[in-house]
Amino acid sequence: MRSKELYRLMVNGEMREFASYPSRTLLEVLREDLGLPGTKHGCELGECGTCTVLVDGQPALSCLLLPADLEGQNITTIEGMTPGAELHPLQASFADLGAAQCGYCTPGILLVAMALLDENPHPTRHQIEEALGGNICRCTGYLKIFEAIEQVADAK
Amino acid sequence: MRNKKLNVIGKPLRKVDAAAKVTGRTTFADDLFLPQMLYCKILRSTRPYARITGIDVSAAESMEGVKSILLGTELPITFGILPVSQDEHTLAIDTVRYVGEPVVAIAAVDEETAEEAIRRIHVEYRDLTPVMSIDDGVRLTTEPIQPYAEQGNIHKTISFEFGDSRAALDRADLVLDDTLFYQGNTHLPMEQHAAVASLQADGKLVLWSSTQTPHYVHRALARVLEIPASRIQVIACPNGGGFGGKSDPFSHEIAVAKLAMKTGRPVKIALTREEVFYCHRGRHPVLMHSRLGVTKDGMITGMHFQTILDGGAYGSYGVASTYYTGALQTTTYHIPAYKFEGARLFTNKPPCGPKRGHGTPQPRFGMEIQIDKAAGLLGIDPAELRLRNLVKPDSQTANWLTIRTMNLRKCIEKVVDASGWKNKHRKLPFGRGVGLACGCYLTGAGLPIYWNNMPQSGVQLKLDRSGLVTVFCGSTDIGQGSDSILAYIVGEILGIDPLHIRVVTADTDLTPVDLGSYSSRVTLMTGNAAIQAAGRAREMLDDAVASELAVPKDRIVAAENRMFDSEDPDKFVEFAKAVQLAEAKFGTLGTVGSYKPPQSAAKYKGGGVGPSPTYSYSAAVVETVVDPETGFLRIEKVWVAHDIGRSINPMLVIGQVEGSVYMGLGEALMEEQEFRLGVHKTPSMLDYKSPTSMDMCPVETFLIEEPDPMGPFGAKEVGQGPLLPVPPAVCNAVYDAVGVRIDEIPVTPEKILKALRARGQGKDGRYGPKFFPSIEYRDPVFILPPWEGGDGRSGAQPEYTRKGL
Repeated sequence: MRSKELYRLMVNGEMREFASYPSRTLLEVLREDLGLPGTKHGCELGECGTCTVLVDGQPALSCLLLPADLEGQNITTIEGMTPGAELHPLQASFADLGAAQCGYCTPGILLVAMALLDENPHPTRHQIEEALGGNICRCTGYLKIFEAIEQVADAK
Repeated sequence: MRNKKLNVIGKPLRKVDAAAKVTGRTTFADDLFLPQMLYCKILRSTRPYARITGIDVSAAESMEGVKSILLGTELPITFGILPVSQDEHTLAIDTVRYVGEPVVAIAAVDEETAEEAIRRIHVEYRDLTPVMSIDDGVRLTTEPIQPYAEQGNIHKTISFEFGDSRAALDRADLVLDDTLFYQGNTHLPMEQHAAVASLQADGKLVLWSSTQTPHYVHRALARVLEIPASRIQVIACPNGGGFGGKSDPFSHEIAVAKLAMKTGRPVKIALTREEVFYCHRGRHPVLMHSRLGVTKDGMITGMHFQTILDGGAYGSYGVASTYYTGALQTTTYHIPAYKFEGARLFTNKPPCGPKRGHGTPQPRFGMEIQIDKAAGLLGIDPAELRLRNLVKPDSQTANWLTIRTMNLRKCIEKVVDASGWKNKHRKLPFGRGVGLACGCYLTGAGLPIYWNNMPQSGVQLKLDRSGLVTVFCGSTDIGQGSDSILAYIVGEILGIDPLHIRVVTADTDLTPVDLGSYSSRVTLMTGNAAIQAAGRAREMLDDAVASELAVPKDRIVAAENRMFDSEDPDKFVEFAKAVQLAEAKFGTLGTVGSYKPPQSAAKYKGGGVGPSPTYSYSAAVVETVVDPETGFLRIEKVWVAHDIGRSINPMLVIGQVEGSVYMGLGEALMEEQEFRLGVHKTPSMLDYKSPTSMDMCPVETFLIEEPDPMGPFGAKEVGQGPLLPVPPAVCNAVYDAVGVRIDEIPVTPEKILKALRARGQGKDGRYGPKFFPSIEYRDPVFILPPWEGGDGRSGAQPEYTRKGL
């Protein structure tokens, strides 16, 4: 019989304590145990980038991570991109330029973009393409996404 | 009076749901978590074609946490999207016809338990010989995949002749004869299909699903579950991408509904990525044979076009897809006489259906390559040859399609000019080339999927005395922005900011029927319905405001959240006040609008596929660099021009153009569904190659705006059409770069190398199919084209159309 274990994870700046099955991935825990369904899934095999979150500021695929390995690290999801009701500049530029069509890959892509700009405030188009190389989007052809990231970088 | 200046239409506004999308707050179907919810998993066939000889569920049944097991025999009624193809069972009963076909469904307390239970089910199969290719499918067979097929595994054949095509080809100075192949590929929406069903306390069934067509799912549920449709509510959640892949009613939707009825608890299913590949309904692989006649001046005399579609194991939209492989060949270039023969085969693969462009990218691919070849042989510039043959605006085609605005000339001129075509085509150094191609697509199918004479789209407006306007419409937002279009149109007519509009869509309990997000019908049809509903609201508002301001009604204008006297803008009331005045005068305010396309001029049997209120046009130039040593090709840039009529929101229009170009490049360069020993070779995001951010090239988009009389504010479609020119333009560019013809997609380095080697050995520098199997197409239906005095009906069959002559 499977049984649950207790975990403590720092998610979006809040310490969350919860019981879950050890086999559950961070993706499943976020969505199903912690009430954070903003993180989406496209394959659950680490192939599409949709479920990207930040672990200590670095993009990571939540479908390949286990909570047991993450205690003491800071996890950021789309729900934690900004502290309040205001949109993050990247969120605003994505909305303004139509960089989110169906919006399903958007949370993962926004977090990758945020991590990129934190490290490199003025990336070249090629650096943006490389940073997003692991995030599949089927709606936009990526171009509006590149432009939205550049708009924020240019304003810095 | 109608506002003269546009305040909302034509502006690059944020989508009404943009903030939700960028904050991860859009509720997709799998984001629903209901109290007491069970999880469903489906056991799927591991055999491409087999009889089921036994199913043992005892080990699963006895597991703790397993709440219900559903077998095919419990749902004996079949379903399917088309009335002529009601051939699917929710779960296989006696026979499985492809690997991945649903066989057993289980509901359990959590996903892990359901998965484990599925593993404990044992199914015994007796294997049959699978049919895995077009070559297999055309052969005689002892055990046809579907008993209702026309002949053997040939599902359906179609044959039309519009004018004397043989005489037309005889008249030509040059007849091109080509066999081409367009490989099948899939939609690959980022969101895997999900559905949640719940039985309400009053016994009513609710289904939330990632579907593009809630109305058709509603009908299928009522049919299979044998409960009145009025006791079922279907809610389409925002789709995380669709592209046609969520347009059929699916087994998993019906299975969770039945499991919710059996258990009395909500039941959810979220498909794995592998399962999404098995749902499929994507692009049909199509083998084409085309004979095109041209004079030495480059004028088309006639065309004989034949197709064979590899359909997969079930009907899906396939009969319509088959018609579409012939229907729109006539809408870009004037074809004086046209013969079309199409056939769809059943094969033991996941069913094919509609993907962006539905059945038209394949024949368009064949035609645009053939025109490029004709231009080369005649020594005429390919752009010039196309311009000479353009269909005229406000005209009719050989197959009786009615063309309204038609700006393909401007599209071609724009991309030729912007790309520097005249200095590049046949002039770039070896290894670099440019290719041109065009396309055309429907702005909504003229007929609904099941015959009826009701509207295809309906809108209801509710005007609240707070100033809020609620728009109710059955349309489904799949990311294209259809909710926003409703808000923009209503906002424009009522003179209010879309912020003051709430859009409620895709809920069969709350919203009037709209047939769904397919055939690029949504902006035109819901838009026209919204214009009617908002216009009726304006009548009442204008009336009440005119009385209040003591000015004639025809002077009332609405803009910037106010209604005012057009001759004295200082005389105004706020919009909310206008609603209150109208409510006092007329009672509770609500209006309706609806839309039905005009009757088609095509009166012949089979003429129902192809007609549309109006058509969009696109042209693209692709520039490529090909390494002749390795065959590797890189797309440098795409210039694309699209005849949009009018952009309701140019930002969204360009988004659709870029997305279409992207998807076209994916099909042209890498996307393909292949099978080995009956098994899908690449059912994962990693193995099924699609373009990443690093593969995408710059795209320069031009919008050609001439408002079309049929469209809302003149708008035509954009979601599908701009894909069409891309694959043939890639092939034409490869030819310009290295002088070899790749007559099939995807265009891979291997194919380019093979063609280059063949040419190096003095053989034909071409890679593509060499053989078109002989098919027993039916005798053609004969229809005289408009210019030969026809009336749109089929006529007596001339002797020369008979087979064997």
